[in-house]
Order: sequence, then structure tokens, then C-alpha cells
Amino acid sequence: MGTEQLVLIGNGMAGVRTIEEILERNSTKYEITIIGEEPYTNYNRIMLSNVLQNKMTVDEIITNPMQWYEDNSIRLVHHDPAVRIDTENKQVTTVSGACITYDKCIIATGSRAFILPIEGAQLQGVLGFRTIDDTVQMIEMAKSCKRAAVIGGGLLGLEAAKGLLDQGMEVTVIHLEKWIMETQLNEQAGNLLKKDMEKQGIQFLMEKKTTRILGATKVEGLEFSDGSILEADLVVMAVGIRPVTGLAKEAGLNVGRGIVVDDFMATSTEGVYAVGECAEHNQTMYGLVAPLYEQGKVLADVLTDRATDGYRGSTVSTSLKVSGCDLFSAGIIHESDDVKGIEAFNGLANSYKKLYIQNNRVVGIVLYGDTSEENRYYKMLRDKVDITTLNPVTLLASAEGEESTSVADWDDSDTVCGCNGITKGAIVQAIHAQQLTSVAEVTRCTKAGNSCGKCKPMIGELLTHVLGDKVTTSPAGICACTPLTRDEIVLQIHEKGLTTSKEVFEELNFSNPEGCSKCRPAINFYLNVTFPKEHMDEKESRFVNERMHGNIQKDGRFSVIPRMRGGQTTPQQLLKIAQVADKYDVPLVKITGSQRIGLYGVKKEDLPDIWEELDMTSASAYAKAVRSVKTCVGARFCRFGTQDSMGLGIKLEERYEFIDTPHKFKMGVSACPRSCVETLVKDFGVIGVENGFQIYIGGNGGTEVKEAQLLTTVETEQEVIDICGAMIQYYRKTGVYAERTAPWVERLGFDHVKSVLLDQAKCKELLAELDEAVAGKRNDPWKTVRENENKEKELYTVGRG
Amino acid sequence: MTQVKQKIFVANFDELPQRIGREIVVDGHKIAVFRLSDDRVKAIGGVCPHTNGPLAEGIVSGEYVYCPLHEFKVSLLDGKVQEPDDGCVATYDTVVEQGNVYIVM
Repeated sequence: MGTEQLVLIGNGMAGVRTIEEILERNSTKYEITIIGEEPYTNYNRIMLSNVLQNKMTVDEIITNPMQWYEDNSIRLVHHDPAVRIDTENKQVTTVSGACITYDKCIIATGSRAFILPIEGAQLQGVLGFRTIDDTVQMIEMAKSCKRAAVIGGGLLGLEAAKGLLDQGMEVTVIHLEKWIMETQLNEQAGNLLKKDMEKQGIQFLMEKKTTRILGATKVEGLEFSDGSILEADLVVMAVGIRPVTGLAKEAGLNVGRGIVVDDFMATSTEGVYAVGECAEHNQTMYGLVAPLYEQGKVLADVLTDRATDGYRGSTVSTSLKVSGCDLFSAGIIHESDDVKGIEAFNGLANSYKKLYIQNNRVVGIVLYGDTSEENRYYKMLRDKVDITTLNPVTLLASAEGEESTSVADWDDSDTVCGCNGITKGAIVQAIHAQQLTSVAEVTRCTKAGNSCGKCKPMIGELLTHVLGDKVTTSPAGICACTPLTRDEIVLQIHEKGLTTSKEVFEELNFSNPEGCSKCRPAINFYLNVTFPKEHMDEKESRFVNERMHGNIQKDGRFSVIPRMRGGQTTPQQLLKIAQVADKYDVPLVKITGSQRIGLYGVKKEDLPDIWEELDMTSASAYAKAVRSVKTCVGARFCRFGTQDSMGLGIKLEERYEFIDTPHKFKMGVSACPRSCVETLVKDFGVIGVENGFQIYIGGNGGTEVKEAQLLTTVETEQEVIDICGAMIQYYRKTGVYAERTAPWVERLGFDHVKSVLLDQAKCKELLAELDEAVAGKRNDPWKTVRENENKEKELYTVGRG
Repeated sequence: MTQVKQKIFVANFDELPQRIGREIVVDGHKIAVFRLSDDRVKAIGGVCPHTNGPLAEGIVSGEYVYCPLHEFKVSLLDGKVQEPDDGCVATYDTVVEQGNVYIVM
């Protein structure tokens, strides 16, 4: 008997996962063909909202690249949807006419976004949120459009809304019901969520029914049943999904709401199976990934002749991928005659929990704000624990104290990755057996964390628990102490009102209670930017250069580079520098790359005296801060110069010196397009032209050369200065510590940065914010040390024994 | 011949900020002294075995210091360089008497 032909219709998550499960069980039983409609190989649809929220790229969500199909000898009929299943002759035909014969056929056609059948639904600018193409289109449209309307305040709608907000759009969510996410949340939790999302900038129109989409060819607005109108350039329909069952229906399969399957995923026709969102099991359809994967496992057992108990349905739980809005929901969340609720609301922490109890067992859970105990409750629900002995207070009380909530203390049978059903035991075993050292490796080997990604911090915790210090930093976390990203940390700092590094390390469970050399300076910076008034700068968290105000050299000595605004100096200064260099036997005097004079090889204990004698201020040539401005001589002396580049350079430097930035921030002003100061490799570069100033941003001449991009041309020096300040503040607010502006601009998108900096209102706001944040702090550090005999000078003491 | 241990004055305890090192040179040897966040005082050889970086200038976290030049992580308790790097520096006993910090060697 030759190998059997297996055809999968649908190249999505449920289908491809089934194939993976089959290959794991028996990689030679079938010759496999996968028919896919989209022009992409299998990708993680759940992560689309992360793509829209700028957290991931399209490439990163592709779970099975072309190579995977080749490696497993799978024939991929790509971008060519199936149009017909001939169950009599066991053949599938595609749009292009390809005809594939099967012995076994799996239908995993999933579902489509439901588009409301209202007038205007076909207009340009009306999208679903379901595919990579939808997402890419939204990102594209966000570049030129301003107002987005999202119809539907469910899980998908809210994730889309947050994403569009992150793309710089004004977003309104229109919802038919009284509160959002009404199938997963009760009214109180729904309202808390709404409030938090409003704080982030999303607007809501509740209990509104959309009756018409307005516009000639493109969307212009929405009209509601009460006659009111909302203007919009982009409409996302997120009102639900509909299973794709047309093929199955035409092939004569039993189709209800979905393709009806039995416990073994078999349809009404021999040799044809269905899994995923298109399948209806026991009158239930599932739209979440965990049940679909469970179905895939059962079907893989069936198709490889393994014993299986069959699929018995799933209890589903939901969480939302919007940072700052943690929620968890599972089971029955409506009270009835025999289902009663107990709840607790913590107004201080803005957290809420409610448990639904039936016959002394937890049957439903709603958590908002603090989801740290979802596993404890979910276990009670899943295992149908009898709670007779627990009174309502102990039940709701946080388990801290009596029982640690650390994943390290869980039972091996507890589920860490809910999407993939991976237990703690399986992960720990994989870490040992395959010597895994990073979250990414665990995900690769066990699949834990590859779907919604919410369990990644727990995987990180397990790694630390098993391996101690040997954990490799996952690229996600800012350092080995935490799996959290910069955005996650800054958000928590905001939300929890954290004002010291100590609090950050404690509250966010850093594995090193005092951090490491990577995160300490970063956290100190984020705190400075977030709470400039409340946070006291922590000297002990500054890298030596910024603590000592000089650049440490390979032999432990330091450099002294005095400030010369715009690269301009005087004979008096030069004399002074020469005298000091001579007196202190400075080994090297050199002109620096940014038009300053540097004294190199200065002993630490000599620093305060040298500064004193120089009587000049620090050029910050050692700091992650606004650096000096390089200028050409300009219109005053140069026959080509069109503007006073030196004058503007000095003004810029004066206005913004001694301000901390995520990484060094270099500037240059040229007086004509010959650009003698190499404007195009500066973080902020200016080129004077006849009618004004061209502003370029995001250039870099360092490790990776990057040409700055033209932001705009302005007429006056003041505009240059204001835009520069706005950029500095926006960079401070959104930059990752140690990220130069070139990758920063690339990460945020040049068009986005441009839209912010050229929006006069936003620009003004940023500038005001900057001024307020740095008020009273822009002091010359050398002077501060000189004037403070005791405390500061202690830093420069070297003992002699 | 018995060697008599001597006490060498480092600084007043109050002059040592927590988690900021102080270098002291004894007979030409650099020693780095640290006051930890729990106020214990630790002293180790002041020169990183990697490229002679000044450990007194490093960032201190718990019972470790990170060399400012290439981030070698050195234990303040036993002087050992932590993995993935290796090497070690000397350790010295310290005492605090009447508000003064001494190294005993």
C-alpha cells in the first residue's frame, strides 16, 4: 500500500497545527497537500493586534515559513483557494483549476470577519480585522487618515482600536450594548475597562446602532439609528466572525452554523474532517485558539490510528492584548437562579474580581486590573473544586501569604500556556532535557508562548527557577532580570505610580532585587522622564561616566571636554586650557569629532580641581544626553553661507544642553547644502537654504550609517528650535534606553514621528512638557561638584593606605 | 615569622554612599571598598582581571559589582567573576569601628 494522500483546505492556525501534530506522531504516513487562500504561509493570527500596536512585525508572526513546508515535503497550493470538494471522486479543485485527489481531507477554512449588511459597507476604507492584508491596509491608511471608527466593542474591536490609536489615529469605538465585551465581562468590569481605555485616548459611543456608512467612493462617516453622525476616514467592522462553510455545504456535508463534526472531528461524509473555527461540535463553535488546538490533537490521533477519548468540548477563557488593561474571563459569567456571584472591588488599585458559584463550585471568573490569580481560580473552575469549606472572604482574598502565586510553586500538571495546553511539568522537562536557556527556545521546543504570548513572563520565571543565572535574556525583556519590555515597564511605572528603582524592581518582580548594569541606568532614566518631579535621580544607578561627569578610559582615568557652544571658542579659553593641560601633565590634548577640545588621561582625583581652574562648563561628551551642536562658520564669513549657522547652533545648544535622552543626541547646523558639518548623519540636523532651514532627523554616522530624513523646511530659527525641543521630548518619552534616534525613527515609523512633530498643537505640548520636566535640573554638573565641598567631592576621593 | 595583621583606614562610614565604590591604594595595590544597600562593607581587589578596569567605579547590585569597562560581574563576597566570564580578585576583611571603616590585611 502506498502512502495515503492527505489534503488540508485552509492554511491557518488550526489546520496547520493539526498537520504538525500528525507529523509528530507519524511523519511518513501521508503525502500532504495544503491549500491556502492567503498569499502568506501559516501565521499567528492572534498576533495581528500586536502588529497593529507596533509591537511586532509581519515577519515575526509567520509561524511556519516556506522552509517548513519544504522540510516536511508538504506541497503548498499557495494563494489559490479551493472552490470545490468532490466527495464521490475524492478530489478538491482550486480557483486556478488544480485538482488534488485525497484519501483524507481536512477542512479548516476558519471564518471571516462579519461585515454588517448595511448601505456603504462596500465603500473604500471599510475593513474587517482578520488577516495580514487587513492589518497592513490599516497601517497604511493610518498614515494619511486621521479618524477611525471601530464598530464593535468586543475583544477584536478593542484590540483594533488600541492598535489604530498607536498608529496615531483618533479612534472611536461604537458598541451596540450597554457595556463593552459583554460576552466576557459583567457590567462593572466592562465599565472599568472602558474607563481605562478612555484614559489611553479611545472614545466610546455606547448603545449605538450603525445604520449606514456615508461616502461616495470612500468612507466619510457613519450614521446611527438615532440620526446622529460620526465623521470617519476608516471604518473597522469588528462585530463578529462567520464560519466559512460554503465549500462544505456545496459538497453536501451536514452544516448547521458550522460544519457539524462528531467527537472525532469527522463530518457527515466519510474521509472528510473539520477542525477550527469552521467546525461545530456539540452545537458549540469556538473562536479561540486553545480549543482549536485540542481539536487538532484529537484529529491527529484519529488520522494516525492512535487511541483517543475524542474531543469533549472546552472551557474557554479570555484575556485582552491591550497593555494596561489586564483582564481575565472564563466560564459562566451571568447570574441566574442557581448561579450566584461574590465580588470584590479595590478602588485604590482599580481592580475587580467576581466569581460565579453554582452548587458550591466556581463556574465563572471575571478579573479586571489584577489578573495575578487567574490560575488559582481557573484551577478551581477546571477541577471543579468543592469550595464549601472556604468562606467568601477567604475565597476572594489574595492568596499571597498563605500560598505563593509564583509559577515555580505550581503543580506540574498546572497549565502555563493556556493557548497550547502546555503544563508547567512539560516546560520544566523540556528545559532540562533539551538544555533550553531562553524563552524563545522554550517556545520553539514546546510551543508554549507562541500564540497570545501572555505566558512568556511565567516561562521566564520557570527558566530562572530551573537554571538560576544561566538564563539567556530573551530579546523581549530589557535585560536578564525581567521578561518585560521597555513599554511594559514604563506603563507599569505610570500606572502603579512607581517613583524609585527599588519599587520598580519589587513591584515588577525583577529576578535581581537590585537589577543589573543594564537595567539600572535604564530604569533610572525611565523614572526621570515619567516622574521628573517625584523621582530623585539615583547616582548609584548611573553609569560611571554620568556619575563622574567624564568619560572613563581604558586605564580607569578620565577625559575632560569643556563646552564650546557651536564649536566657537576664544583666545582666553585656549590659553586657559593650555595652562591647565600643562600644569596637570595631561597626557593628550586633542580636537574631538564634534569641534571641541578634549583633555585625556586625567586622574579621577584631579577632576574637580581641573574643572575649577578651567572655569568652563561640561560639554556632556560622556553622557546619554543632548550633546554639542556642530556648526560651520556660516553666512558671517563663508561666501556660500545662506544663514547664520553658528548663531543658530549656539542658540540650540544653550536652549537644550544638560537634558538627558535615551542615548546621545547629536546636532549639526550647516549654512548651505554643501553641509560641511555632515548634517545628514546627525540626530537633528539643519541645512540653511535661501528661504529658511531644512530640518533632517534620525541620521547616524556610527555603527550603522543612516542618512537623516527631511522632516520639513521652516522659515525661522525659532521654528527650528521649537521642533528640536519637541523631538527631544518625544524621543525621551518613547525611546528605549540606549536606542539612538535612527532605530527609534525606524521603529516608530518616520511618518508617525513626522505627523507628531509637524502637528503644531502636539509640538507645543511636547515643548511645554520638556520645559516642565527639566526645570531646575539643567545645571552644569562640574559647577555643582565644585560648589559642593563635601558630598560631591567625596566621589572623587582616592584613599591612600 | 608571624605576620601581624594591620588595619588600614578607608573612610568614615557616613562618607561612603550606599552602592558607590571607593578606591583606596595600599602599597601600590588598588582596593575597591563598597557599602552595600544593607550597610555591610565589602572590600575586593580593585582591578578587574579582564582588562584592569577600575571595579570601584562599577554599578553595584546586591552582592555583585559590574566592571565599568566590559561589564564583568564580580562577587563582592568571594571575588569570583561570574559566568559566562571567569577569573577572580582578592577579597579583604573589613571592620567598622566607631564610625570608621578599616580594611584588615
